[in-house]
Amino acid sequence: MSKIYKDAAAALDGVLFDGMTIAAGGFGLCGIPELSIAAIREAGTKDLTIYSNNAGVDGFGLGVLLESKQVKKMGSSYVGENKEFMRQYLGGELELEFNPQGTLAERMRAGGAGIAGFYTKTGYGTVIAEGKDVKEFNGEKYILEEGIFADLAIVKAWKADTTGNAIFRKTARNFNEPAAMCGKICVMEVEEIVEPGELDPNHIHLPGVFVHRLVQGQHEKRIEQRTVRKKETA
Amino acid sequence: MPWTRDDMAKRAAQELEDGMYVNLGIGIPTLVANYIPDGVEVTLQSENGMLGMGPFPYEGEEDADLINAGKQTITELPHTAFFDSSMSFAMIRGGKINMAILGAMEVAENGDIANWMIPGKLVKGMGGAMDLVAGVKRIVVITDHTSKAGEPKLIKECTLPLTGKGVVNRIITDLGVFDVVEGGLEIKEIAPDVTRDEIYEKTAAKIIN
Repeated sequence: MSKIYKDAAAALDGVLFDGMTIAAGGFGLCGIPELSIAAIREAGTKDLTIYSNNAGVDGFGLGVLLESKQVKKMGSSYVGENKEFMRQYLGGELELEFNPQGTLAERMRAGGAGIAGFYTKTGYGTVIAEGKDVKEFNGEKYILEEGIFADLAIVKAWKADTTGNAIFRKTARNFNEPAAMCGKICVMEVEEIVEPGELDPNHIHLPGVFVHRLVQGQHEKRIEQRTVRKKETA
Repeated sequence: MPWTRDDMAKRAAQELEDGMYVNLGIGIPTLVANYIPDGVEVTLQSENGMLGMGPFPYEGEEDADLINAGKQTITELPHTAFFDSSMSFAMIRGGKINMAILGAMEVAENGDIANWMIPGKLVKGMGGAMDLVAGVKRIVVITDHTSKAGEPKLIKECTLPLTGKGVVNRIITDLGVFDVVEGGLEIKEIAPDVTRDEIYEKTAAKIIN
């Protein structure tokens, strides 16, 4: 059975429904699933709960789903670069669940690994711990965090073979791996789909078992903070 | 003269020891990378998934797939390793990172730190700060000694929502270096031309010496 779809709209066909939970890969605008985000915008699916480290920027990334008011709730660690997000959040139109970054990553990984909850030191004694079970192990306090089980994962990789074995490029890997794992269905977009055997099996980052639908396409790959140094002139 | 931002970064760089794995926060902590002492090799971790962070790229060589936790374009080094976010925080939470150097809004005399949220103001999020302070072995804070309004930032108890409880080991301010010890803060160094009385006056936390 082929995992390859002609575009993101085709890959998401029959998967989307109002009120669903989506886990999205990416850190800032690096390694975000641009094509799936655009297709979800086009499909108009509403009342989404999205777990993603960030919420995009105005007009790009998940920011486009905020603009079209398709998002009911965000689960993120940092949402600082998005005015529309702040407007909706402060106006009570959008729910926000702050997750420490490592907790968010581990909640995704855990969900994908069939682990319902885990105890972490992160956030103990802070507002993040409110309402959560606290347990002492070896004299230290830990709080209970739950795995994320998403209806859909949308992720971006660099290359995948036709069976979905995938490799990521540099820091564009970030949340894409744990997000992919925690989706009941994972739609992965890549820059290039290759034949099995073209990727070294020793170097696969994410095995194809986690990937259900594959799309190849062009990515804008916007840079959020362009920082450079000058070449020293001899 | 109290220390400047660069002086503080330079002083913080003296904390680094050969072979350390270190995470530098955003702001003044980022400047520490400019002052790593000769003969000391440290590997910088960026929590978005990288060990061995290099300098900013030359103009025209920026790569959208290669950024740091501040979302700035950077470069890799020969010993760089990339990994996913859950692996990144496994090494942070798991105590494999030797030191984190972070900014702060408030530090309490018991080592509590608040650096992510001011109620009623724009809430941006804690990012990886809560994981870092909970998991990294040694937490060094760099901060101005007082706020822009002149209020002490080293205080008895944090008033802002906490990032972590009892986690700070050392604080470097424009006035000096302080350790969190049993009973309060201990002055370890004083910046040039700063007096002990000035420190007492500008500190609300208990100073034990």
